Amino acid sequence: MNFFKLLRQSPLSARIGIFMVLINVLAAILAPVICPYSETEVVADVWVMPNADNWLGTDHLGRDMFTRLVYGARNTIAIAFVTTILSFVVGSILGFFAATLGGWTDLGISRVVDILMAFPTLIFALMVLSVVGTGTMSLIVVIALLDSTRVFRLSRAVAMDITVMEFVEAARLRGERIWWLMRHEILPNALPPLVAEFGLRFCFVFLFIASLSFLGLGIQPPTADWGGMVRENAGAITFGIMTPLFPAACIAFLTVGVNLIVDWFLHLASGLKD
Amino acid sequence: MKGIVSLVVKRLALGLVTIIVISLLIFVGVEALPGDLAEAILGQEATPETVAAFRKELKLDLPPHVRYFAWLGGFMKGDLGNSLANGRPIADLIGWRFANTMFLASVAAVISVPIAVILGILAALYRNTLFDKIISTITLSTISFPEFFVAYILIALFSVQIVLFPSISNINDQMPFWEKIYAIILPCLTLALVVIAHMMRQTRAAIINILASPFIEMARLKGLKNMRVIVLHAFPNALSPVINVIALNLAYLVVGVVIVEVVFVYPGLGQLLVDSVSKRDIPVVQASGLIFAATYVSLNLLADVLSIISNPRLRNPR
Repeated sequence: MNFFKLLRQSPLSARIGIFMVLINVLAAILAPVICPYSETEVVADVWVMPNADNWLGTDHLGRDMFTRLVYGARNTIAIAFVTTILSFVVGSILGFFAATLGGWTDLGISRVVDILMAFPTLIFALMVLSVVGTGTMSLIVVIALLDSTRVFRLSRAVAMDITVMEFVEAARLRGERIWWLMRHEILPNALPPLVAEFGLRFCFVFLFIASLSFLGLGIQPPTADWGGMVRENAGAITFGIMTPLFPAACIAFLTVGVNLIVDWFLHLASGLKD
Repeated sequence: MKGIVSLVVKRLALGLVTIIVISLLIFVGVEALPGDLAEAILGQEATPETVAAFRKELKLDLPPHVRYFAWLGGFMKGDLGNSLANGRPIADLIGWRFANTMFLASVAAVISVPIAVILGILAALYRNTLFDKIISTITLSTISFPEFFVAYILIALFSVQIVLFPSISNINDQMPFWEKIYAIILPCLTLALVVIAHMMRQTRAAIINILASPFIEMARLKGLKNMRVIVLHAFPNALSPVINVIALNLAYLVVGVVIVEVVFVYPGLGQLLVDSVSKRDIPVVQASGLIFAATYVSLNLLADVLSIISNPRLRNPR
């Protein structure tokens, strides 16, 4: 198959990246099987050093750190993934609309996006969250909408190049509707750059959620998530206990993995062009 | 010369419009979002009378456009209203914190800009050697790390393993300058590491881009040393993108400071913003959000203006 052929030709860095992401995905899917304890179970003393029972020690309430990390993978990755998908759905539909309709629709959406992009994302998210309150749903919606501005820019630019092609013109003359045009003519041709962008946006959203959770305004306890776990255990570091570094390292591990794959993808995409 | 002035004035006007629209957005956003402010703060059990009294106190009973202009007008005069949490004037809360934030960000900028530019030049000079690869790997990984990871690694290394710097950066007005610098070394380093990575990669890319031009080949063929070609021939021409990326990173610094301030418990505007968000102290959130946004927009504007000035080709847009 095409995919396996690609994989065999992939450079070492991309393979390492795939391996790193796979570990995370497996941990996320198999969380209940791998973990010796349950997500919120208190099993030992506070901040116990790593030992045979608690492989990575315990956290600030005496919950097993390893278990929390694995469940954290599940919650953090799932929420970031849903958010990225939502932002792509909103961003690319609006982008395709703007490109195919042009005129006032394009101008209107583009100006709104320009204004939103002039606003620092973190500050904007903080302000919106202060009003709607913190919670997983509002977190997903707010970040997805903010991020969809970036997706809009890209998908509009890509779709602009496609809409001037003859086959789109032909479809228009045939009297196809705008929705059909977007689905059958533009989307398939715009897919490769959007896929590469998906990786990048996922990293961004993932780090963003981690940062918000770290500030205490993202995913709320007792749900295990990596950013929040860094925050909860931050006090340990002054006692020389490295517990807060584990979830932070997990965040870095996953983003480096995704970045390595994205690098390879971008390389492939640029290589295929010339 | 006249062309530049009118172009710059146009950009400035556009920036001003952006800031005004943002202020409107901040204001309307709070209005339009679901949930009544008074009920959210007073809780579900509040009686209708207390809610009404609270709304009156916040002037929520006036029509929106009246409140918006009153708010914006107050902002211009430095009167930002009172905090909901403790009733103190917001201007008092924000003033010295904003100065602290700017202090932290500018010290980080002073450290990181020269290092990033020099590293970028060196990486372009020795590109595709081991040195370049090592620097690229390190910068790529610093970009993928969340700021608080870098921060806690620095704390673990320099204030726990080796007790060298404080892990909590508490500063006040009475402290002498060097003592302040000592207190903020770790947060500064965290910010610097993150922005150096970005700026250095851009500098390297910009210089390598220029290296493909014919005049560089000419300089090489004249037999000039590699160092001389890069520093005297390539770098001045790469200045426009480099200046642009520096200004963009300064904008990032001012905003990125939020997380670092929380890690190091630094008394800055970011810390105040985060605290106010969790307390749902909306007036403070609005005021500090507007200040952050205005700073961010102005620095982005500066980036635009500087690149227009430093690149003659941008002066005559078609």
